[in-house]
Order: sequence, then C-alpha cells, then structure tokens
Amino acid sequence: MRTFAYSRADSVERAAHATTPTAAFVAGGTTLLDLVKLDVMQPSELVDINALPLKQVEWLDDGRLKVGALVTNTDLAHHPAVKQHYPLLSEALLAGASTQLRNMATTAGNVMQRTRCPYFRDPSAACNKRHPGSGCDARDGLNRMHAVLGGSEACIAVHPSDMCVAMAALGATLTLEGPDGEREVPFGEFHRLPGDTPHIEHDLADGELITAITLDAPLAPAGSHYLKLRDRASYEFALASCAAQVALDGDSIGTARLALGGVATKPWRCAEAEAALAGQPATLESFERAAEIALADAEPREHNAFKIPLARQAIVRALREAARLAGTTQEEQA
Amino acid sequence: MNDMTQSAFANPRVIGQRTPRVDGEYKLTGKAGYTGELHAENMLYGYPVPATIAHGELESLDLDEALAMPGVVEIFHHRNFPKLHRSPNSMGHGDQVSEVRLPFEDERIYYHGQYIALVVAETFEQARAAAYRVGARYRHAEGAVPSLLDSDAEGTLIDSAGSSRGDPESAFSGAEVQVDATYHIAAESHLQMEMHATLAEWRENGARLVVHESTQGVFYQRNAMARIFDLAQENLEVISHYIGSGFGNKLFMWPHAVATAGAARELGRPVKVVLPRQQDMTGGGNRPASRQRIRLGADREGRLSSVIHDSMTETSLVDQYIDACGSATPSFYACDNLSTSQRILPVNHGTPCPMRAPGEVSGIFALETAMDELAVELGMDPVELRLKNYAEQDPASGLPWSSKHLDECMKRAAKRFGWDQRDPGIGAMRDGDEIIGYGMATCTWFAGRQPCEARVELRADGTLFVACGTQDIGTGTYTIVAQTVAELTGVPLAQIEVKLGETSLPAGPLSGGSMATATTLPAVAAAARDALAALKEVATGSGGAFEGGEADSLSVADGAFNDGQRTVSFADVLETSRLASVNGQGSAAPGDEQNQYSFRSFGAHFVEVRYDPGISRVRVARVVSTMDIGRAINPPTARNQVEGGIVMGIGMGLFEKLDYDPRDARLVNGNVADYIVPVHADAPEIDVEMLDYPDFKFNEFGARGVGEIGLTGIAPAISNALYHATGKRHRDLPITIEALLAGQ
Ligand SMILES: Cc1cc2nc3c(=O)[nH]c(=O)nc-3n(C[C@H](O)[C@H](O)[C@H](O)COP(=O)(O)OP(=O)(O)OC[C@H]3O[C@@H](n4cnc5c(N)ncnc54)[C@H](O)[C@@H]3O)c2cc1C
Repeated sequence: MRTFAYSRADSVERAAHATTPTAAFVAGGTTLLDLVKLDVMQPSELVDINALPLKQVEWLDDGRLKVGALVTNTDLAHHPAVKQHYPLLSEALLAGASTQLRNMATTAGNVMQRTRCPYFRDPSAACNKRHPGSGCDARDGLNRMHAVLGGSEACIAVHPSDMCVAMAALGATLTLEGPDGEREVPFGEFHRLPGDTPHIEHDLADGELITAITLDAPLAPAGSHYLKLRDRASYEFALASCAAQVALDGDSIGTARLALGGVATKPWRCAEAEAALAGQPATLESFERAAEIALADAEPREHNAFKIPLARQAIVRALREAARLAGTTQEEQA
Repeated sequence: MNDMTQSAFANPRVIGQRTPRVDGEYKLTGKAGYTGELHAENMLYGYPVPATIAHGELESLDLDEALAMPGVVEIFHHRNFPKLHRSPNSMGHGDQVSEVRLPFEDERIYYHGQYIALVVAETFEQARAAAYRVGARYRHAEGAVPSLLDSDAEGTLIDSAGSSRGDPESAFSGAEVQVDATYHIAAESHLQMEMHATLAEWRENGARLVVHESTQGVFYQRNAMARIFDLAQENLEVISHYIGSGFGNKLFMWPHAVATAGAARELGRPVKVVLPRQQDMTGGGNRPASRQRIRLGADREGRLSSVIHDSMTETSLVDQYIDACGSATPSFYACDNLSTSQRILPVNHGTPCPMRAPGEVSGIFALETAMDELAVELGMDPVELRLKNYAEQDPASGLPWSSKHLDECMKRAAKRFGWDQRDPGIGAMRDGDEIIGYGMATCTWFAGRQPCEARVELRADGTLFVACGTQDIGTGTYTIVAQTVAELTGVPLAQIEVKLGETSLPAGPLSGGSMATATTLPAVAAAARDALAALKEVATGSGGAFEGGEADSLSVADGAFNDGQRTVSFADVLETSRLASVNGQGSAAPGDEQNQYSFRSFGAHFVEVRYDPGISRVRVARVVSTMDIGRAINPPTARNQVEGGIVMGIGMGLFEKLDYDPRDARLVNGNVADYIVPVHADAPEIDVEMLDYPDFKFNEFGARGVGEIGLTGIAPAISNALYHATGKRHRDLPITIEALLAGQ
C-alpha cells in the first residue's frame, strides 16, 4: 500500500509551519481522497486540519461577513446571515455537488478543488497540469467540458466550483496564514490563469493555510440569481453557470455584478460587462449586450463551441431574474 | 397440451397480491452478503491492471517496483498466467461467455481497459497500490476504430439476423408517402449498482473449484469454467445469492473471473477481485452504438405498405456480439412488405453484451420515431396512425397472439395523460418560459420461457424450503417464489425459506430476457404439488395422521390437510409418521403452445417534455404508461421494473453516452461523474398502470415478463414530444444540449 504520514494539526500556527512541499492539508477530503485514489495526487503527508477553530461565520464591524475556512458548504448555504444577505452564495452552494458532499466539503477546500478535466484525472493521459511539460490531451481531444475563456496552449481545464463563481461576483478576500505570518489576497487575484504554468493554480505558497474568506459588505437593496446549466437536473458540474447581482436605480441598473462558471479556467468575473450594464435600462437588450461583451474573447475548441451561446443564455436569464428580484425588493422597501 | 385457461391460479390469494420483499430485511440490515463483501479464510485480493491503449501490443512490462511493494504476492500476465482452454461459447450447451478470449492469452491489445496483468496481494489497498506501479510499454498500432459513430465502414452482414416478407423495395418506391431517415444511438454503459466481482476458492488440493460471482446465470458460468479449467462440472460450484442488478452484463462470464480463478489455483489460496468502476465500464460490457436506417411507405390514409429497417451495431475485435435492432420490427405493424437487416462492425472496445431490452430498445427508438415522422407527413394523430396499422395477429409468424391489448393500452394511457388536450401545432402549448411538448410511442418485448427444475421440502418444524438454481438480481425473484409455494400450500411467508443462486440446486434459468418469472414459477409449482402429494401419501399411509383415508379427499389450506372433519398441520402429519420432511421435485418447460401462439408484452408511453428555449433546457415532466404484461405476480415489484425502465429511458434519451476518444479509442468518461445518468431530480411524475389480463396460454400463472419492456419506447416518446415542442426532429441519442442549441 502507498503509505503516507498523517498528523492532526491542533493550532493554525503549527499547521502552517509543520508542512513540507509534498504535504497536503485535508479538510473534507472530497477532492483530495478522490484524487489520491485515482493516483493523481500523491501527498507524502496529510495534515488533518479539521480540529482547528475555523468554523465560525461572523459579521465584522465594517459590515463584511467573515467565513472560517472549515465552515462546511451545507452550513454556509443555510446560515441565516448568508441566506438573508448573500442569497446568491447560498444558491450557488446548493447548486453544487450533492447533500452528502456538501456536508463534508469546506469553504477553503471548495476554493482549492481541482479541475474535473478527464485527462487530468487519468494518469495515463498527457496533462501539463498534472505532469508539467507532458502536453495537453484535451486541446484536440474530447473537450466538451472545457473552457472557452482563460485557456492557453498548455491548458483549457475548467475551474469547476459553483461557490467560487458567487464569491467572484460578490467580492471577497482570502486570509492566509503561513510560515511568514498572515496576509490577505483579493478573491479575484487568488486563482491563476494557466498560461505556461497550469500546474500553478493559485497564489498559495507551500505551507500556507487559508484561514478565512471574508465577503464584501452586501450590496443592498439588490436582486441576485445563480443559474447553473447542465445536462441533468442535479449533481453535475456546470456546462455554463452565471452569478448575477443587480441593484436598481429607478428603472435602470445601478450596479451589476456578473461572474461565470463552467466556461473558464478560473472563477470568471466579467468586469467590462458589469461596467456596460451600469446606467442602462433593465431590459433584455441590455442583458444581451452584456452577454456579448462578457464572451467577446471566448475561444472554442472542437467540442465546446456550444458553451458560448449557452453561457450567453445563462447570463441573460440570470440578469433577468436578478433584475426582477431587485425590482421586487425595491417595491418592498418603497 | 394441457388447457391452462383452467388455471389453478385463476383466483389466487397470494399471487398477484402486494407482497413485501422476503429478502428486504436482509438487504436493509446488511445481512445480504454480496460477492464483494464476502471473505474466505486466508484470502488474497486481486487488482487488474488495465491497458491504457486501445490498439497495439504490449512491448514490455516493468514489474520490479510493484513486486517489491509490501504485501504483493504475485503478478500474473501473459508470460506466467497458466495456459487454459477457451470455452466452446455455445448458448445451446450452456457455456456461453461474454468474451471468448481468455485473459493474458498474448501481448495483443484490442481495447482500452483490457487486462494486461493481475496483481495479487494480502490486502485490497496493497494490490491496488502495486497495480498503479506496474509499468507497461506499448507498441501502438495504426487504425484503431473508436466508434461506429465515427466510421463509414460497411461492416459485415449477418444473414441470420435479418428477415423479409413481400416486396418491400418496390412497395417503398411506389408508396404515396415515404419516410427515409437514419438514426444513431451512442454506446451505453449498464452502470449496474454492484460492480462485477469474483471470489474463487480451490478445495481438495485443486480438485474442486468454488466460485462466488455476481452473475445472472450460475449454470452458464459453471459450465464455461468447467471447460476453461478442464474440470468435470460436478467439481465446480458457482454461487450468487445476492446481485446488485446486472441489466444483462452479468448474464455471461467475463475474463476477470477466469483471471481470479486461475490466480487462486496457482497460489493455492482464495482470491477475490472486485472490478473498480472504470474497469467495469471498459471491460465489463456495454450496449453497442448503432446506426439504423428506416424506410416507411404508406398510402394517404396512413396504411403502411412497406417497412425496411437496416441496422448496424458494434462488436469487438475479440468476439462477435450481435445487437439485433430489427428483431421486434417484423411483429410490430400489419404490413405485407417488410425487411430487416443487421450488420456488425468491430471496434476497439471491450465486447458489447445484452443490455436491458437488447436490440429491440434501439430498434423501437428508430421505428417509433419514424412512425411519428410519418404521422407528421400525413397530418394524422400518432395514436390513430398506430391503430390504423394495428397487428391483430403476429405478422412475423402468422400466429395469433396469446393475449394482446395494445389498443387498450394506448386508449387508457391517452385518457389519463390528457392526450385530447394536445394542440398538434409545433410549439403551440406554452407555460411561462417553457414550451410544452406531448409525444407518445408504443413498446413491446417478447415473452419467452426456458426449461427449469425446482425442489420443495415440507419440514416437521412447520417450515417450507424451496430451491431453484436461478438468481434474484434485485428484481424480487425470492419473493415471487415464496408467494408461489405459499399460494399452493398455505404455509405463511414467514415460514418459507427460499434458496436461489447455486449450481448445487436444481437447474434454473438465466435471470435475463424477462424470462425468469415465467420460467421459474411453473417448476416451483410443480415441485410444491409433488411435495404435497408425497405428504398426502404419508398422511394416508400406515401410521399416518389420516391413516386409511383417500389422498384425493384431503384438501389443503393454511399449511394443513383437511379431510372434511379434521384439520392436521403438515408439521403434525410429519411428526405423526416420525418423519423430518418430505421432498418434491418439479420441472417445467415451454410446450406446444409455442407453435400455436405468439407471445409478447405490449405497452404505450405518453410523455410531456418541457423545453425552455431561453436556456436550452429540456426536462421530462410527466410519463403516463399502460402496460399489458399478463398478470403481475407481485404488483409493486412489477411496477417498480416499469418505473425503473422509464427512468433508464430518460437516460438513454437525454444523457447516456460512452465517450471514446476519436484519436485513440480510449474511453474518456469511464466513471459515474462524467457518464451522465438520471438522478432523482430528473425522474418525473410517473404514472404506470398495468392491465390485468392473465396470459394463461403462456403458463398457468398468466405471467409474462416485465423486466425490460418499460425501457422500450421511452426514448422515442421523448424525441417525439420534443419535436412537438420545437419542430426539430432528433434522430440521434442522446439528445444533447448542443443538439438542442443547433436548432435555434
Ligand atoms: C462527485 C462530486 C461532485 C461534485 N460536484 C460539485 C459541483 O457541482 N460544484 C462544485 O462547486 N463542487 C463540486 N464538487 C467539488 C466539491 O465542492 C469539493 O470537492 C469540495 O468543496 C472540496 O472541499 P473539501 O473540504 O472536501 O476539500 P479537501 O478534499 O479536503 O481538500 C481539497 C484541496 O484543498 C486543500 N485544502 C483544504 N483546506 C485547505 C485550507 N484551509 N488551506 C489550504 N488548502 C486547503 C487540500 O490540501 C486539497 O488540496 C464535487 C465533488 C465530487 C466528489
């Protein structure tokens, strides 16, 4: 049997110091153990962080919500503060995986989950992410599930998270604890584009631990919607998903937040489309124009071209729902 | 021929009644031992090493690292695996296998996932870890065929699988209205819950082999293994008590079982192999992809003048499997001019095998979609078109049906569905963002029987023991066998012990082809009657409880005899005569009725789809079905089979597709996350009605089979409903989001 060392971290500081480059933290284990069993990840040491006191959800004085790294996806989705003030996040979490998985999966683990590219998950296939320099079997292979945004010659693997798409739209900050102390990274800067180094997926240094993710203060009053499009009704990763949040200013759009999932190599914030929506009437034409802008740079491969019109549909429908809800909220407040 | 219309089961008390599964408690409490959970003393674990290429040769194996790993006992491969004999592979002689090539025969690689080695170790984890460290170098060969869907090769014509009557070609070219369309269906995985598993143990110094296997046919596996290992059948035992379903891929033995038994013999210790899901999906069977062309000719009134159904399906490079798509077509509609033909094309996959309603489910998709296309051409209601071409007798054989109520199925299901509310205009029915589509199709599956034997023992402790060497693959066979003997003896279900799934028991049938019920129950009934006769003889014999009485005058009720004055329980009858038990043997086989009637089950499905064009989302919202399956022995489990078939049909229609890389024929989505099947949220409102027309011409129980028919006809009903919603005809399965988008 392939053996590995196992230890249970009893403090954040020690967890962050105790690790070697081939060690891995284990939280819910739903990504890690799966990939170990497939022989894709081979950590020599597992540091179990489940005993660390990182399970709180708390409001900060500046109106932001701080979520501990070990809060489960289920607890976060059903937390009263999240349901009331960040329904977009709750919806996105509940669109992901299954109840059993969400009960185990943690907030930080979700951010760190690996791609579902089948060539990444098959050790006998060529994959620059798993084995730098080995090539990419997906580029000219069965790439129906792959990215049309943010890809490179080396890698077109999708970042599969739903939760992260909502966080990208809401705005958030990660708190990291490492051998050199604590630092903060804006959510949008945490995940990396693959470029020539698809094996480097994020901004975390060796031994660094995510301790919390703090959500920006809620946009209010606003409406939001997370729409996930996939083959079957549940328990499948997105072919295209969209997190949309709209605050109205009278009949027109005041602020819009927009992010995409299932189509990009990282959780994909659509800043230009957001800017283009501001001040526009909340109509289908505005939404369609925003979708065009968001997907202007999309590059299809042989089997995933359908994701471009599909993502367009996701954006238009999510914005329509968000605007409708924003209208309702506005009326209620009036 | 005995007149079975005077059936002893005309007015049953237990048969046909809602009966909880007698093995339910064992399953719920984990006491039901499935093969993968079994343990033998001193047992080793095997883990197969799959080829990572689909076409070529194994150049070399590097075993050093793996052999040095903890717990590893041996690694078998083509150089050191014992030389065995192939099975004659005959259905008639009961030694059919799924893949005739033996494991590790040579260094040639014919498909991705083919076993190139078997690592055997002290624990499962050690075996798997070492299997990952087996190095293999390959010589790739050019010309891998990844799928029939990517190929324009002609394949090989299989004459025996075709049929012809009249002059279909000229009738077609002269027809007033014609439909000529080609349909494709992707290869599918059975994805049965329980993976293939074998536990092999040699006893008596290698003279005797005992195999536990998750199989739909213990006798077929025993016979094949006897040929392969040069053993007398008597020295081989195959056991399969609980099976987490098979859908056809456990009918006949696969190479992993041979590898396991061979390793166990060489090592002199029991070995267990449970295939991981990935290997189950590459080398454990699949429904092959198909291409079908249908040509229909009709007059303006909708009367069919010609049906031509040409099919091609995949087989592997190591065996020949024929998925006969046209086999139901000749019996479907009254039409004088008809032909079917079947071709097969070898591709670089593990060998395909029967999968629930094999052949016919694919053929019915093509035929029933084509009929919808004809209805559209004619501007005629699809139900009316089908009634117009209703086959009052079997047009294939000319024989009368034993019992057919398909017209009633259509009418009753249409009524419950609300078919008369259908506005036939394309996209005419809307609800918010959604377009509502209504579609229908009919379905059928042949009713077959095999020979069968059974044994019943009445015991002095008041219990009844009944045994038959068939299997319960999760469908409820244990329960209906218990119901049968309870019906005939009056012994309560709680006092009945049923034993199935062992080759030491009287020979029973494959659990396949929807034949197990109609095959097994008559033999069980015969054995129960024989046991009762034996007990009556005891009762009326010297020293018996009814000494001097007439055996014929004893009536049976509630596990007791009554002579008009006294009631004595079976237990007391045995006790009085100082006997522990009496035994009854029974056998049954299809008879002359097979030459007098044609036997089929029928049904009609009505489907509502909801299509949201704004987000390219289609969902099946409602299925209403009426089935004509003879009598349901246990209505809830029978209904459950139809409902499960319907959900599986949604998978076939909208999701399921084994994806082989067009570059090298490797299976890319060999896992349950990437191979999409329906989940609960995809299961619509399902309303299944079963007509109760016992088919006593078929057997005294009036039961035909119900395991497969529910799946047939669902995919075309969905595609027909989608046409109604969108005006786009989908002729390729699964109907993907990209196909829906392409229509906009
Ligand atoms: C069948 C299946 C279906 C799924 N479907 C979906 C879906 O539809 N949508 C979706 O969004 N997700 C889906 N997921 C993914 C799931 O959300 C993730 O597996 C889960 O969120 C990971 O969290 P975890 O706590 O289990 O992580 P683990 O498996 O414990 O860890 C994952 C990675 O993160 C690292 N890590 C964990 N915690 C920390 C920390 N505090 N600091 C630094 N590194 C850390 C680990 O070392 C490891 O590399 C699915 C997963 C499965 C198995």
